[in-house]
Amino acid sequence: MPTVSVKRDLLFKALGRTYTDEEFDELCFEFGLELDEITSEKEIISKEQGDKKAEGASDVVLYKIDVPANRYDLLCLEGLVRGLQVFKERIKAPLYKRVMPNGEIQKLIITEETAKIRPYAVAAVLRNIKFTKDRYDSFIELQEKLHQNICRKRALVAIGAHDLDSLSGPFTFTAKRPSDIKFKPLSKTKEYTACELMNIYKTDNHLKHYLHIIENKPLYPVIYDSNGVVLSMPPIINGNHSKITLNTRNVFIECTGTDFTKAKIVLDIIVTMFSEYCENQFTVEAAEVVFPNGKSYTFPELAYRKEMVRADLINKKVGIRETPENLAKLLTRMCLKSEVIGDGNQIEIEIPPTRADIIHACDIVEDAAIAYGYNNIQMTLPKTYTIANQFPLNKLTELLRHDMAAAGFTEALTFALCSQEDIADKLGVDISATKAVHISNPKTAEFQVARTTLLPGLLKTIAANRKMPLPLKLFEISDIVVKDSSRDVGARNYRHLCAVYYNKNPGFEIIHGLLDRIMQLLDVPPGEKKGGYVIKASEGPAFFPGRCAEVFARGQSIGKLGVLHPDVITKFELTMPCSSLEINIEPFL
Amino acid sequence: MADGPVADVLLRRLEAADGGLDSAELAAELGVEHQAVVGAVKSLQALGEIIEAELRSTKRWELTAEGEEIAREGSHEARVFRSVPPEGLAQSELMRLPSGKVGFSKAMSNKWIRVDKSAADGPRVFRVVDSMEDDVQRRLQLVRGGQAEKLAEKERSELRKRKLLTEVTLKTYWVSKGSAFSTSVSKQEAELSPEMISSGSWRDRPFKPYNFSARGVLPDSGHLHPLLKVRTQFRQIFLEMGFTEMPTDNFIESSFWNFDALFQPQQHPARDQHDTFFLQDPAEALQLPMDYVHRVKRTHSQGGYGSQGYKYTWKLDEARKNLLRTHTTAASARALYRLARKKPFTPIKYFSIDRVFRNETLDATHLAEFHQIEGVVADHGLTLGHLMGVLREFFTKLGITQLRFKPAYNPYTEPSMEVFSYHQGLKKWVEVGNSGLFRPEMLLPMGLPENVSVIAWGLSLERQREPPVPRP
Repeated sequence: MPTVSVKRDLLFKALGRTYTDEEFDELCFEFGLELDEITSEKEIISKEQGDKKAEGASDVVLYKIDVPANRYDLLCLEGLVRGLQVFKERIKAPLYKRVMPNGEIQKLIITEETAKIRPYAVAAVLRNIKFTKDRYDSFIELQEKLHQNICRKRALVAIGAHDLDSLSGPFTFTAKRPSDIKFKPLSKTKEYTACELMNIYKTDNHLKHYLHIIENKPLYPVIYDSNGVVLSMPPIINGNHSKITLNTRNVFIECTGTDFTKAKIVLDIIVTMFSEYCENQFTVEAAEVVFPNGKSYTFPELAYRKEMVRADLINKKVGIRETPENLAKLLTRMCLKSEVIGDGNQIEIEIPPTRADIIHACDIVEDAAIAYGYNNIQMTLPKTYTIANQFPLNKLTELLRHDMAAAGFTEALTFALCSQEDIADKLGVDISATKAVHISNPKTAEFQVARTTLLPGLLKTIAANRKMPLPLKLFEISDIVVKDSSRDVGARNYRHLCAVYYNKNPGFEIIHGLLDRIMQLLDVPPGEKKGGYVIKASEGPAFFPGRCAEVFARGQSIGKLGVLHPDVITKFELTMPCSSLEINIEPFL
Repeated sequence: MADGPVADVLLRRLEAADGGLDSAELAAELGVEHQAVVGAVKSLQALGEIIEAELRSTKRWELTAEGEEIAREGSHEARVFRSVPPEGLAQSELMRLPSGKVGFSKAMSNKWIRVDKSAADGPRVFRVVDSMEDDVQRRLQLVRGGQAEKLAEKERSELRKRKLLTEVTLKTYWVSKGSAFSTSVSKQEAELSPEMISSGSWRDRPFKPYNFSARGVLPDSGHLHPLLKVRTQFRQIFLEMGFTEMPTDNFIESSFWNFDALFQPQQHPARDQHDTFFLQDPAEALQLPMDYVHRVKRTHSQGGYGSQGYKYTWKLDEARKNLLRTHTTAASARALYRLARKKPFTPIKYFSIDRVFRNETLDATHLAEFHQIEGVVADHGLTLGHLMGVLREFFTKLGITQLRFKPAYNPYTEPSMEVFSYHQGLKKWVEVGNSGLFRPEMLLPMGLPENVSVIAWGLSLERQREPPVPRP
């Protein structure tokens, strides 16, 4: 969930009133926001770097507000204020308008070289804008929030904003060999080639995260003006030449990317938010984008869409009984201008360009419910009549684990993921013989594979509890995972029961006795006949020679028990003899 | 008969004594170890108010083993002096004497002897004085006689430095008569025995009182894991509410069931390598229900079922990628898909509690695997009010009665609501779960009827306390 940081006093000034922290928290809650933290720059620095560094930092109160991940229109102070003011019916939602320029329209021409790396671009102009320090900071911050969220860390969309008066169109969006791109990037004093820049930014804490998007591509995307000035090399960095400042009056905004829909949404959000500061409020000057196929489109789209929803559908989904007129009013408070039409039960809703999150009637239903107030909805119990059933495997597990504890063994809960070493090397088995599923992207070696046996987890638990008085008697009943090509995903779980006995003596008879007790509980008689169970001498690399037996029940092998091999004991950093039992309990269902 | 001869003597002496007696003095008089007297005091104390004993600690100077030897035979330097005859002694010979090395240098610094290095057959030692006073021996003898206080502080510390004296702290008891003093104390029995029962001798025997403030002996037993006990409680609550348990015994899931089926777009951050464990082997799902997959694909990329869709290029390869399920909602999706294929539709209530996985580095506040609790109800005409009603019942069973609901965003539910409960300890509202109505874009491609709503909620088992013992 993105967090937006706004200056409290600035927020209250824009809202036209002040709130206590509790009141504002309440308002946020009602609207689906969360006042996450009340802090200041000074406090943040002091927390992260100590009081010394914080000296002299601003102690202006900041509200950190959590915003739902799909509400891009609330990612800046301007949007938050607009949303809350409309919600509280203090203002009407503005109507965003695209206008054609008086002179020539700004053109962005996309060449076909971009096709393989970053095929889409959209653009618009904010004409006669007036920045202040706070507005400017908010403008930069919104771009950053969009980059981190909908733009997927600039992979899907990257935004560039430029001082239009320093450039001369038409602009060209093309892709070139990195060595052929040379310009002075933001906050550098000399020109570098793209190759040099990629090296420089490897150590830049902010920019290094974006390099991978184009790094190994033969051509890098780049935007030029008609004089060959570089506007930007998306998605990495803008040129210094067209940098916007507090004095910038006309802003050219380009969004390039791999996802056309998202690029259009991002552009709409930026221009709807900041056209507030244009001389003609909420108007945006169009720009033309010419695609390689020669087709040209005008942006921003700023499309208003009409949806029709029946009032009784809203009432039925929320569980309320409001008149269509009231529902229309509720929706209008959510920036969804609505009116009752047709037979008096139909509500026509206008979806503004700021609300790209509304893609289905259910999104409209939710907004009606929010405006109605979730906590005003009458709670009722559904009349759904059902008979409960346990999942048989879990039912068996529950019964067995209680009896295992009653037999004096203590239950462990261990991780299902572990290292290859745990299930292979340490047990004297080759990893290829385990049929284990392998994880491709673990952050640490602890999560290389899913366990194929419960034994390593229990042995690690003992190792972590060596200080406890002997004997240690542990068990776990849980799932292991192995590859299985008969399953749709190519792998399956098995429910295993594993127990270990760790003491100065191996205690084979104790583990054996536990097996006998389990079989007694499962109503499986001793002996090979009539679906009974037997144990037969066997061997296994994890066991001491001559001290291992295989368990057969209901005509199939279900596991092994025995005294662990000293090598296994040592590899798990243990020092005492230990015996273990591990069986699959699924045959007993 | 008292507890042993020492206790007997102690009682008799105490009877005759004026006021009381000291345990160390008694031990000295009787010629027994002090510890034997202490034992007698302790056993008499255990009998009740026979005696009173007050612990006292006194400091005392004692000779070390070497000190004892010197008090007996004289200091090393004195022994060296005495072994030098008037005609002198070869130094090499003197050094071989037991006290030679230590005694020689001391006797030299006392100026009792001298060395003539010019003697013909090597250095030779001669007496300087005719007689000397062995102060060290005299002082040690004083200490041995219990008169250490007659020595100056400096003298004592010098002897201590030479490791001839040590200061010991002696814990003694000042014993006096108790309120129930008697010289004829009989031994108490510790425990009732089978013999006493059969012979009836228990009637005549006194028994030692129990110490009821001591801890009992814990029973030998196994234990269930605390978190899994909470799991049992949650299963019980769901079963009481008529919810059927879904199968969740498949940790490995395809991206399709984990994300796509839930209408979670393919560029969603949760599908990032940073957040989810993907599989290297088996890397891809072998089978997917292709008819259904096509409906899902269409809904994502073009919309449908009343939806605008996400309008992006949906890729089958992405959906095939295997992973460790990031939520049990993947299992719920499978269960709902099975339900959708069963005609006619029958309402259901489902639940599950099982492991889910996230690509995290382990630390105090992050787990790479944890348990998710999930409840699902599917029926005609379910509302947000129904969801809240079910949640109220569910949380009431957990002992949580103060609830409120916050609008929220989940990719696969709409409307969505976070559940908050008032925490009495923290004095604030804390999030206890997440819930919502599954999106039509998830349900309709499965083939569920249009007027069927599915409400669902989830919480994390690891964040739950053990619910209170249910009241009848």
